[in-house]
Amino acid sequence: MDVARTEVGPGAEAEPGAEVKPGAEAKPRALTKVSRGSATRLGLMALPVAFFAVFFAYPVAAIVARGLHVDGVWRLGRVADVLAQSDIRHVLWFTTWQALASTALTLLVALPGAYVFARYDFPGKQVLRAVVTVPFVLPTVVVGTAFLALVGRGGLLDDLWGIRLDTTVWAILLAHVFFNYAVVVRTVGGLWAQLDPRQEEAARVLGASRFTAWRTVTLPALSPAVAAAALMVFLFTFTSFGVVQILGGPTFSTLEVEIYRQTSEIFDLSTAAVLTIVQFLAVGAILVVHAWTVRRRESALRLVDASLTARRPRGAGQWALLGSVLATVAALLVLPLAVLVQRSLDAPGFAYYKALTHDGGGIFLVPPIDAIGNSLRYAVAATLIAVLIGSLAAAALARRDAGRLVRGFDALLMLPLGVSAVTVGFGFLISLDKPPLDLRGSWFLVPLAQALVGAPFVVRTMLPVLRAVDERLREAAAVLGASPWRVWREVDLPIVRRALLIAAGFAFAVSLGEFGATVFIARPDNPTLPVAVARLLGRPGDLNYGQAMALSTILMVVCAVALLVLERLRTDRTGEF
Amino acid sequence: MVTLSACGSSGSADGSGGDSKTVTLVSHNSWAASKSVISAFEKESGYTVKVLEDGDAGQAVNKAILTKDNPQGDVFFGVDNTLLSRALDNGLFQPYEAKGLDQVGAQYQLDKDKHRVTPIDYGDICVNYDKKYFADHKLTPPASFDDLVKPAYKNLLVTENASTSSPGLGFLLGTAAKYGDSGWPDYWKKLKANGVKVVDGWEQAYNQEFSGSAGGKKAKGERPLVVSYASSPPAEVIYADPKPKTAPTGVATGTCFRQIEFAGLLSNAHNTKGGKAFIDFLISKRFQEDMPLNMYVYPVVEGAKVPAEFTAYGPAAKDPETMAPAKVAANRDQWVKSWTSLVLK
Repeated sequence: MDVARTEVGPGAEAEPGAEVKPGAEAKPRALTKVSRGSATRLGLMALPVAFFAVFFAYPVAAIVARGLHVDGVWRLGRVADVLAQSDIRHVLWFTTWQALASTALTLLVALPGAYVFARYDFPGKQVLRAVVTVPFVLPTVVVGTAFLALVGRGGLLDDLWGIRLDTTVWAILLAHVFFNYAVVVRTVGGLWAQLDPRQEEAARVLGASRFTAWRTVTLPALSPAVAAAALMVFLFTFTSFGVVQILGGPTFSTLEVEIYRQTSEIFDLSTAAVLTIVQFLAVGAILVVHAWTVRRRESALRLVDASLTARRPRGAGQWALLGSVLATVAALLVLPLAVLVQRSLDAPGFAYYKALTHDGGGIFLVPPIDAIGNSLRYAVAATLIAVLIGSLAAAALARRDAGRLVRGFDALLMLPLGVSAVTVGFGFLISLDKPPLDLRGSWFLVPLAQALVGAPFVVRTMLPVLRAVDERLREAAAVLGASPWRVWREVDLPIVRRALLIAAGFAFAVSLGEFGATVFIARPDNPTLPVAVARLLGRPGDLNYGQAMALSTILMVVCAVALLVLERLRTDRTGEF
Repeated sequence: MVTLSACGSSGSADGSGGDSKTVTLVSHNSWAASKSVISAFEKESGYTVKVLEDGDAGQAVNKAILTKDNPQGDVFFGVDNTLLSRALDNGLFQPYEAKGLDQVGAQYQLDKDKHRVTPIDYGDICVNYDKKYFADHKLTPPASFDDLVKPAYKNLLVTENASTSSPGLGFLLGTAAKYGDSGWPDYWKKLKANGVKVVDGWEQAYNQEFSGSAGGKKAKGERPLVVSYASSPPAEVIYADPKPKTAPTGVATGTCFRQIEFAGLLSNAHNTKGGKAFIDFLISKRFQEDMPLNMYVYPVVEGAKVPAEFTAYGPAAKDPETMAPAKVAANRDQWVKSWTSLVLK
């Protein structure tokens, strides 16, 4: 099916023997090459650096400074004060252990899924892989409500066994599994599918037991991907906000929730600033480790086309494994989503859907259905920005001459995923307030904020593909007189086109579901789908609740369709998403 | 490059500039008004209205304070009596005595000497009850704060976290107003012993836990008492299809805390003239009568008609608790802190 893929596989160029040693024959041209290379690299980096500096680093620094720089004096003593408070330490402790527990549970539940999606062929596999990714891109405000129907009162567990988990830590942990299942399936499963099963078979022929063969051949190849997925899940659960707010009840608070509370409710900006710095450092550390494992993963592995490794399950054991994975997916992922659909249809004649076309009594100034158009428009703009910024950054990072400093930038690009939306939102307010950057009232702020979240996914998808492009092709083209632009167009673009489409699709889906930053800046005449859902849920009355469910269902379907298209485009590479 | 420079130019052209033909309103995300009423104002005054919503009530006030040197708009609407002092102490507003203020009841004018803010609406935070539950159990619904701690109502009430939810805070302030600065912790100890459940936000309390709301019924909510608004019962009727003859929920009228919402001209507003005209408009009868069904609050202007649904399904609180903004400001953080360790831990 995927003809072009085998040519670009990292395996093709990562064989140690086949590698052309860079220094061996390039000595005479070394100087000019290096300076030209670094000039190109700087050129590629300029726009992403400027983008993240202006729309991320500067706003965040501004709000942190506002909290700690009072009346012209730096209040660094606040750091110790805040960290000495017992409730703050409790928050730090809870944040850490629930993230560890969530990560462990997610791996436990999702690794069998990763294996099944990687190695088994079964009808509906592509659709199912899109479906399990839907929660990841849906706003928590939507899913939290549905998830309660699973673990809350009258939910499935309650009906079957009288088990209710709402407002216990189990609800939080399960919801984290629900949201991050796809991260493991995609990151680990993506690689697993491409590991050549013949290597393990060879080990068995040489006398290794099934387990020994797996432990000595497959596990080492897989472990960097598992580590990368675990770190990603840890990052997302460490900074969990909506899930903890909706399911945790008031007794559980993560660092992110506490930053929100201190900024938004209590207006204690210095405490919020200290907590932001703590979270920043923690996330930075996670990302540095993550970047390191990712690089390790991109090291030489013999990879094959994924379509060759998957086959129909054979024997009772394999069918049972497939069955249990499908049952887990159905109970944990499909069911909460189905509850949304069911509740949206819980009125005769699609009444909730029909109501969406009316101007809802002034709540929005526009019919709620218009939110679909707004969301799509914003998402297209956000995708364009994210793809531009993300692929330039990926191109710069993929260069072989990229030094340590540039590689550090790799981790920095992921930081927006780990910094609270309320910090960024408040930062925007006080920093982007003067011409030429007075964007506070502009619609454009929404796609800019969404692109901050989308760009890291673009980088993560593009980077492994770009790194795998054989440098010799580029060099050959350059020697034959092609300009750098022509080299990119003739060599890189054909190879990365699919990755680019996938990255764009993922950025698009993430933008559609983005809530935290959007809710800060969306205007009432232009609500996005998640914002409209949140507003409808915030009002009493059957019709408002029903419309919220109907809009959620529409959002879910749009996301699912976008992801299904991605499945068709998938290159089955080691990219994470 | 193209996109970024394009955004810069569109931003400054479209941003909250000093265009004297545009008046910009900054509000919280419960702001709502009929299009026709806004267009009528635009037509008569010659101004174009732009609305910026800035999160929930507390967030919007905090954001306005952060940006007061270079505000996002001209008028801020939506600071209530629980946050008023924070806004005034930070110099958020400049004085303006609105035209038509004499039609506004004196009890709503909490800054009547300086006129930095103009009262626009009020609403009561009250315990709502599920009529069906109490009929099925042949139990009289509670009517007062005192009732809520009686054994008959054990494990029936759900309320919101006072530190993260504005009705939750209102309910706490209501008990503090009723039982005094030193008496409220005792009341809450009794409430806790009587099985009060606390969730983080209004959405969860009302749509998940409360058995009387449309959402709560679907979610199989188990608590027949919830802290919500006096205007919630009418909303349950208006947003139902078919509309029931009576509201499925009622209000315990002796458990109410009054919230008054204000608007003010922002200190460094670019378009002060337009801002003043807009504040006048907010207390005009046309806007005041349009407001109830949009924001589910009551008008402050005398003689403004309240929709029939409000009087039919949402009886006004008899004698709501209130508290002076300065007193709220002086005690809020400490009370919320004590409340948290008393009730949540």
